[in-house]
Amino acid sequence: MQILQLKETVNFMSYRKIAMVFSALLMIASIVSLATNKLNFGLDFTGGTLIEVGFQEAADLEKLRNVMKTNGFADAKVQFYGSSRDVVIRLGLRDDVKAEMLGNEVLDVLQSGTGQTVDMRRIEFVGASVGDELAEQGGLAMLTALICILIYVAFRFEWRFAVGSVVALFHDVLLTLGLFSILQLEFDLTVLAAILAVIGYSLNDTIVVSDRIRENFRKVRNSEAEEIINISLTQTLSRTFITSITTLLVLAALFFQGGALIHGFATALLFGVFVGTYSSIYVASLVALSLGISKEDLIPEVIEKEGADQEAMMP
Amino acid sequence: MLNKYPLWKTLMVAIIVALGALYATPNLYGESPAVQVSGLRGVEADTATLDSIKAHLDESNLSYDSIALEKGQILTRFNNTEDQLKARDVLDDNLGKQFSVALNLTPNTPQWLASIGGTPMKLGLDLSGGVSFLMEVNMKEAINKAKIGMVSDFRGDLRNEKIRYRSVKEGNDAIIVIFRKVEDLEAAESLLKKRYRDLLLKTDDDTLTLTAKLTEIKLKEIREYALQQNITIIRNRVNELGVAEPLVQRQGKKHIVIELPGVQDTAKAKEILNATATIEFRLVDTEGDLSNALNGRIPANSILLKDKDGRPSLLKKRVMLTGDHITDAKSGFDEYSRPQVNISLDSAGGSKMSSGTKSNIGKPMATVFIEYKATDKKDAEGNIIFEKQQEIISIATIQSRLGKSFRITGAGSAAEAHNLALLLRAGALIAPITIVEERTVGPTLGAENVKLGFEAILMGFGLVFIFMVIYYRAFGVVANLALGANLILIVGVMSMIPGATLTLPGMAGIVLTVGMAVDANVLIFERIREEIREGKTIQQAIHQGYDAAFSTIIDANITTLIAALILFAIGTGPVKGFAVTLSIGIITSMFTSVVGTRAVVNAIWGGKRLDKLPI
Repeated sequence: MQILQLKETVNFMSYRKIAMVFSALLMIASIVSLATNKLNFGLDFTGGTLIEVGFQEAADLEKLRNVMKTNGFADAKVQFYGSSRDVVIRLGLRDDVKAEMLGNEVLDVLQSGTGQTVDMRRIEFVGASVGDELAEQGGLAMLTALICILIYVAFRFEWRFAVGSVVALFHDVLLTLGLFSILQLEFDLTVLAAILAVIGYSLNDTIVVSDRIRENFRKVRNSEAEEIINISLTQTLSRTFITSITTLLVLAALFFQGGALIHGFATALLFGVFVGTYSSIYVASLVALSLGISKEDLIPEVIEKEGADQEAMMP
Repeated sequence: MLNKYPLWKTLMVAIIVALGALYATPNLYGESPAVQVSGLRGVEADTATLDSIKAHLDESNLSYDSIALEKGQILTRFNNTEDQLKARDVLDDNLGKQFSVALNLTPNTPQWLASIGGTPMKLGLDLSGGVSFLMEVNMKEAINKAKIGMVSDFRGDLRNEKIRYRSVKEGNDAIIVIFRKVEDLEAAESLLKKRYRDLLLKTDDDTLTLTAKLTEIKLKEIREYALQQNITIIRNRVNELGVAEPLVQRQGKKHIVIELPGVQDTAKAKEILNATATIEFRLVDTEGDLSNALNGRIPANSILLKDKDGRPSLLKKRVMLTGDHITDAKSGFDEYSRPQVNISLDSAGGSKMSSGTKSNIGKPMATVFIEYKATDKKDAEGNIIFEKQQEIISIATIQSRLGKSFRITGAGSAAEAHNLALLLRAGALIAPITIVEERTVGPTLGAENVKLGFEAILMGFGLVFIFMVIYYRAFGVVANLALGANLILIVGVMSMIPGATLTLPGMAGIVLTVGMAVDANVLIFERIREEIREGKTIQQAIHQGYDAAFSTIIDANITTLIAALILFAIGTGPVKGFAVTLSIGIITSMFTSVVGTRAVVNAIWGGKRLDKLPI
């Protein structure tokens, strides 16, 4: 079976203006939203207490809110989580001496206030300093990842590709953050992990395309850089689609089957795979092209030697 | 001949997959409820303990599956949870205080598998249920304490050498000594320079001041020691809790992670972990005037403290002994049936106590209990400020020269004496610590997470499986074989690596690798199709397809691996779990989808005269 059977080379680069405007608009929208709406940081980053409880039958949120209020937890946010029998209660950071005891207290309050048996599903308490540190570490992780990748790609390919792929990664991360900001989805640790996985995935795509561009620069004679990029994108297009499909399939499985805890993670990756696929076609190649990639840049002797090495390593 | 593997290569692939499968099998056997008995404070369970456990269980008519003594611990397996719970209560009541009795789930790995190192994967707390704490060591206090200790060391040194000084006090990361005469300053400088090589000495002849600055190395040493000591003490405290397979680990520069699988009563755990208590022994200042002190005129060498009923006493400022020398503390009763606490000291503590009490026989000595309680105030760096609360728990007359072991009475009721002994045993902390993060997962949510994660993996796997067969036909089946082998290898490797833990995000990582692992095969297969379209022979197309795709696959996977490794290095808890499965998955998938599929493709289609490929 074959989904895409392209006889002709698709002239991808002729749409570059549209792609540029499209990407620029999305990036600006993301930045604006991040600046105004900010991210809806989860407990991991803000600090506070979260209690998830399960009831035997559907819970009455109003009643629970009242119970919380009358017991001195006026700031409690009470919400359903996944189903009408699961309730999540969020409390902000308190100046109480024993902030870490809050979870147990709330549990007692709920138990006595509702007269129902309450099943403790999870309690999370995060102190303020931890959240700050985490945000710092998370940012650092992303930066380190981008720099390491920049170095590796520059070493294996050429600096123009490295810049192209890092711009593409930046584009993907920014848009994913933008989505979370615009929809005000909760941004927690697992989402951060998902974004790093998006970096990995998008890069995967970009490398495959760059690899083909490099190969075609060597193989195809007397062609313009733009033409070679078009040929390479066309050749890799069906692989790009199939891999996206299989990845989207498993992500859909995660999204629908993985439970509420994994939702943010799956959402970030689902969106990231879409953007990553797009960016490897347009952003990465476009940047490399704009930086003036040419045949001479890609045929240094070192690479030939590496090719010779692989022969020996090959199965 | 093109596309033929030598036999050894095919065998290697088969053996690696078989090994992966072998080490993955322990996960299929499930777990049975067990009770784990382990000794506390250096006591080890032995065959005598084993016999007494057997006797107690038989007496209560509790049947057990097996009972075994291993590494100083006794593990008894039961058929059901009901017996397990009853047995725990029976043993807890009868075995006495030197043993901890904990509930446990033991894998039913068969003997032959266990003997070659086969163990099931370790489940994270989000899957098994339990509580994890992140505790922060108050480094400021650690450095403060070190400075206080140095101030008194300096005083002693100068006094011994008969060098007169005006004052010795703590400064900012430094000790400041002021003298009256330049000669004293110089004498002190040469003396201190010899004794404290890790301090930076600076003198100022005009103000007659000597500043001893703590070097960065020294500060680091102090912090490191505070963290290590806290870890040791927390380990002891956790052992007192009676939890099977707890984890206490440092994280970064000032944090400690504590994981207690299966613990539900988090309130009790927190109380014990949080109590940062220590004890000090001081002489009572019998010459000072108590009523003057109460009016604010406290003698320079004394402090005013109260007992729990609010009765004040004047105590000497000099501490005879601090609690970090305590090696053991037991509660009991003295000959008049009054509660008492028996204390044992290490040898350094013993000699300190001995020289401290030698010239003071007949004088009263106070035991001061010190607790650091977190306040709602924070300093400029956002660290919680601790309040030092001191309370006299007993004043007793020194009857004789005390040594390595002695007892104190007057701690209150039997229960209070017991509590005090426990706190003393659990040790005295140099620096107070606070819980800065807690994550508790109930058993129902844990079980649900396992189910959901498992279903997501099956569903993702199924969808990709179907897609690949439809799209690539026979080659799709080969790719699916590789995918299955990859899954087995991930589980096998996860089971083999002792530190690897499976978490819910980790399961998500497995799902993601399932989706991404086929990428390598897609790359190869697309390439083969291309080569066929270009008119190459079938065998050449296969050869070229694998060859050309190889460097792309390596590059693409290495970059993803970089992202995964960074995630592993920086991430904690659940995120780390994701990074672990993702990294393992990337590596195993490169093997199965390149070398593995090639072995199968070569065996079926390689070296034959073919006109068409089922691709």
